[in-house]
Amino acid sequence: MTLARLTMGLSCLLVSPFTLAAQDTTQAAGGVRVGITYTPGVRPGVLVLGGPRDVRLDSVRAILARDLEYSDRFELISLPSGDSLGLGLGGANRPDYVNYPLYAALGADWAVAAEAANESLVRVRVFDVGGQAVRREVTIGVSDIGDANFRLLVHRTADEIVRAVSGTPGVAATRLLLLQRGRLYTVDSDGAGLMPISPANTRALSSAWGPRGQRLVYMEFGADDGARLWIMDPVTGERRAVPPTSEGLNFAMAFSPDGTQLAFSRANDEGTDILVWNVERTCCLQRLTVGRFSDNLSPTYSPDGRRIAFVSTRAGAPQIYVMEADGTGQELFAPFDYGVTGTSNAPDWSPDGQHIAFHRDVAGAPQIFVMDVRTRTVRQLTSLGRNEDPTWAPDGRHLAFVSDRTGNRQIWIIDLDTGRVRQLTRLGEARLPAWSPRID
Amino acid sequence: MSFRLSLMIGLTGLMVAAACGGGQQAPVTPQPNLDSIRRADSIAQAARDRRAAEERARQEREAARERLESQRRSDSLAAAEAAMARLRESLTTRIHFDFDQSSIRAGDAAALDVKIAILRANPNLRIAVVGHADERGSDEYNLALGNRRALAARAYMVQRGIAADRISTSSRGEEQPLVMGSNEAAWAQNRRAEFTITAGGERLVAPGM
Repeated sequence: MTLARLTMGLSCLLVSPFTLAAQDTTQAAGGVRVGITYTPGVRPGVLVLGGPRDVRLDSVRAILARDLEYSDRFELISLPSGDSLGLGLGGANRPDYVNYPLYAALGADWAVAAEAANESLVRVRVFDVGGQAVRREVTIGVSDIGDANFRLLVHRTADEIVRAVSGTPGVAATRLLLLQRGRLYTVDSDGAGLMPISPANTRALSSAWGPRGQRLVYMEFGADDGARLWIMDPVTGERRAVPPTSEGLNFAMAFSPDGTQLAFSRANDEGTDILVWNVERTCCLQRLTVGRFSDNLSPTYSPDGRRIAFVSTRAGAPQIYVMEADGTGQELFAPFDYGVTGTSNAPDWSPDGQHIAFHRDVAGAPQIFVMDVRTRTVRQLTSLGRNEDPTWAPDGRHLAFVSDRTGNRQIWIIDLDTGRVRQLTRLGEARLPAWSPRID
Repeated sequence: MSFRLSLMIGLTGLMVAAACGGGQQAPVTPQPNLDSIRRADSIAQAARDRRAAEERARQEREAARERLESQRRSDSLAAAEAAMARLRESLTTRIHFDFDQSSIRAGDAAALDVKIAILRANPNLRIAVVGHADERGSDEYNLALGNRRALAARAYMVQRGIAADRISTSSRGEEQPLVMGSNEAAWAQNRRAEFTITAGGERLVAPGM
């Protein structure tokens, strides 16, 4: 097969299926810039090379390819029955041969190869097609796809590839907490590996991650009328109750970025207010808001830990406010027109500190909004169906949220840079997602 | 009585016959008359039987009276139970709310007034109020909203003299819908406060008694 023939035959394949991925926000709403500007065709092409059939290597390649696609930073070059075209490394006489001209002809700027280093190690190399050189080499200690950490290790490798190519690591090695019919689960960022977190026959609701995904906190309704918070190690499943939450209805919480403080909402006979508990020293419960005739809830820390955005009904309808982490300096955060703008809820401060995502009622349905923290301008990201409870990925460019656009509530992910939207879950029902930091 | 009389006559006859015997004759030792003894025994037995029958009759009358009394007692118990069931029903009657609101509707104030009267008549009675929301609105905000609804119901009762510590409050947000469905009819039923008795509900006194 000559290169010329191959190039001709592949020209049609270069039209990426993702180039004009649907973005659902085209309507303008009063005073709000809607939608995302996306210039197609500027993302680098990446080709995941095949090779001889091998369960372990094929799994690695498939997971890597999907992670790279979901990073929304590449045009993934997909070939029908890819390795039948011989797009593995090497040739009959030259096992180390890298066919850069072929990859370039396919439109690849980068090529990724997974090979067996030995029985317990997989070697992944990233080739710079233009520069005709290896850009990065990563070895993964996986001997069997049944290994407990197999998927996580491959996801980390994908994040490393993204870092090698773009300078910023990807978010494949992350998980999302979600609620399905009262039970809490985690799911990998690619939608695989659904795992129950809260015990069966209990009813959970809110959840949040601690730093580096090493622990999480979730709310469980009690047999009495209250609800308490539990801090859990997601690996061992060990959990302990947060002592001051043995009274009242405690929910909608957030760890401070350093993990020492736990801010949470408590509904009791004085209304709903935000409290903070020192998790490290297990002491010093402090009430941050005092609203006899209003409710204050859903705290989210700025990444420097100095400020907390939250929801308050002090002006009537719930809107987004901000305060110092000690409760001082409370003020309106996301602007609204009194009596015109819909209710706003569920704020989440982006990991880069620049944005607050939240949902706001538009014509009777919640929609995802993002506010620029510096300019305090808001833009609407969604308009199809009901969209709520946004949560940031650690890269600060992806948001997961709940949408009923296909009928029932599922978790969807939007990339703010490209506007691409994908469905993460296909469960009976999924809501209240919480996206983890990168997992150590 | 006639048996006793003939026994007396019989005995008298024997004594007369003995007294009129010849003076020279050896005194005759009176021999027991077996017939007379049997007769006497049967008379005594009859008396015992009669007494037993009288005792049985008395016991039966007693039992009948007791049955009647217990029937009367259980009748009034059933009535009391029914009355108490009505009181419990009044106490646990739900109230409803407008969308995203926690103010007590005029129509529901009467239902709360009935609860207040029952709470006044039963000082040991305690209740719990749990607020609920429909499926619209934020999942977490709805917990605060449900709590606000429970507090509104409690405040209404506290303002009318019920001690605050007799009414506990909580919320289940939109997590426990009463009616499934995504329409106003279902939502209207799900925006509610529910009342349960937490203490002192075993024996309830009706107001004004």
